[in-house]
Amino acid sequence: MASTISFWQRIRRTPYQAVASVFMIFMTLFVLAVFFLLAGGLSSLLSYFETKPQLTVFFKDEKSKASVNELIGKLQTTGKVASYQYISKDQALAIYREQNKNDPLLLEMVTADILPSSLEISATSPQYLVELSDMAKKETAIDEVVFQKDVVDTLVSWTSTIRKIGLVFLVFLISSTIFILLTSVGMKIALKKEEIEILKLVGATSWYIRKPFIYEGVTYGIVGACLSFLVVSGIMLYLQPFITSFLKGIPALSLLHVFGINIIIWPPSLILFIILWAILTIAGFLIGLCGSSLAVSRYLKN
Amino acid sequence: MIVFNDVSKKYSANVVALHEINLTISDGEFVFLVGSSGAGKTTMLRLVFGDLIPTKGSVFVDDWEVNKLKSNLIPLLRRKVGFVFQDFKLLSDRTVYENIAVALEILGRTKKEMDKRINEVLEIVSLVGKANYFPRQMSWGEQQRVAIGRAIAGEAKILLADEPTGNLDPKTSWEILKIIDKINKDGTSVIMATHNVDIVDSMKKRVIEIYNGRIVRDEKKSKYS
Repeated sequence: MASTISFWQRIRRTPYQAVASVFMIFMTLFVLAVFFLLAGGLSSLLSYFETKPQLTVFFKDEKSKASVNELIGKLQTTGKVASYQYISKDQALAIYREQNKNDPLLLEMVTADILPSSLEISATSPQYLVELSDMAKKETAIDEVVFQKDVVDTLVSWTSTIRKIGLVFLVFLISSTIFILLTSVGMKIALKKEEIEILKLVGATSWYIRKPFIYEGVTYGIVGACLSFLVVSGIMLYLQPFITSFLKGIPALSLLHVFGINIIIWPPSLILFIILWAILTIAGFLIGLCGSSLAVSRYLKN
Repeated sequence: MIVFNDVSKKYSANVVALHEINLTISDGEFVFLVGSSGAGKTTMLRLVFGDLIPTKGSVFVDDWEVNKLKSNLIPLLRRKVGFVFQDFKLLSDRTVYENIAVALEILGRTKKEMDKRINEVLEIVSLVGKANYFPRQMSWGEQQRVAIGRAIAGEAKILLADEPTGNLDPKTSWEILKIIDKINKDGTSVIMATHNVDIVDSMKKRVIEIYNGRIVRDEKKSKYS
């Protein structure tokens, strides 16, 4: 079937509608992208902070390597241990010396014998520290199990609150996005209501009427997605020095680990940009496709 | 051929638009539907066009019983029946060429076939040289000619015209009528709803008068009243 009016002519003849539609989709996807990055970044950062509190198990005497490994094995079977590090008496002395290198008096009085060997344990979540602590206390030859319970409780409370606020924010953003989308698509199609009616009157089939609207909607969706990707990427790259300085001392933040690929959300990597572009393009495509299909269907049924 | 077989149409319990209409219009006929506003003329045309379903009875266009057509066949019916409206119903963002081309595009015509047919149609409706005009750049009379061109460009064997001269001055009305008459002489059946007494009286065609949803007069070579 030949078409006397090209797709580009359709867009060019209604440039303000086209710009408004692309802008609406751009705004929607921009908000989505910013939220995706903020939520992902914040979640990774919270996860990182949650692994920071440590449980320190001090041993009465130098334990044999085998018994230390046995304790580690027991704790690891819970699946709640993120990482651990054994500190021998000699290593403890080295740490002590490093910490007090400016005070020779303190260094003179201390030898490796009086310092206990220890095991530093990070839990996958700070709320597991109590359970791990109780397990460790049951072992023989344990002098003391130490962790900052108050600090941990405060951190758990804060991270839990931040996540709840994030969830409320997410619901609010998604609701706003859907509202903006319905309004913009509805407005766009309402302007074409007359065209749809006329095409029905001259005997056009449903698909003939639907096709150009769907092509148009999908194009606006993809263009809006690419624009939002470019803007968000630009903002990320612009802010990188400031955020790097703010997050000084924090290692790479992992967002997800899928199919053997560790997706790092900070610092921004090529794979993060590719994933962001893919998510936005797919979202733009689906918004354009579903929005225009649903809206045209409404008028075709009338 | 168009057949109304005992057709009634109610819009609601108290609003009866048509009452037991029986009527046959042969191929190639020119029929004027006359009557006061609200008499039921437009309802009759919309029933033929598949835009309304009768409350009772059947409407046939050739072998097709319009009121029993599945919704996916309605577009095919509308390709056989061209409709010209009082308010033209042109696509305002498309040129004359593109407005007429819509009727050919939906039939799957190639660009070459469309060019040939559109040139023929532009000649019939006296719009040669105006193919690239947009509706807003044309007078109402010219816009109505574009609407007629679109209605006859495809495979339509029947032309329905609902007060096509209602918005036009007498001179332009006559020009439009001459075009419709020529189309009829080329073999297309025409049913035209109108209030234009001069035109009906001068043409001396079959006149069907509707009053309160009933046919009160159906005469060959007749006048408005």
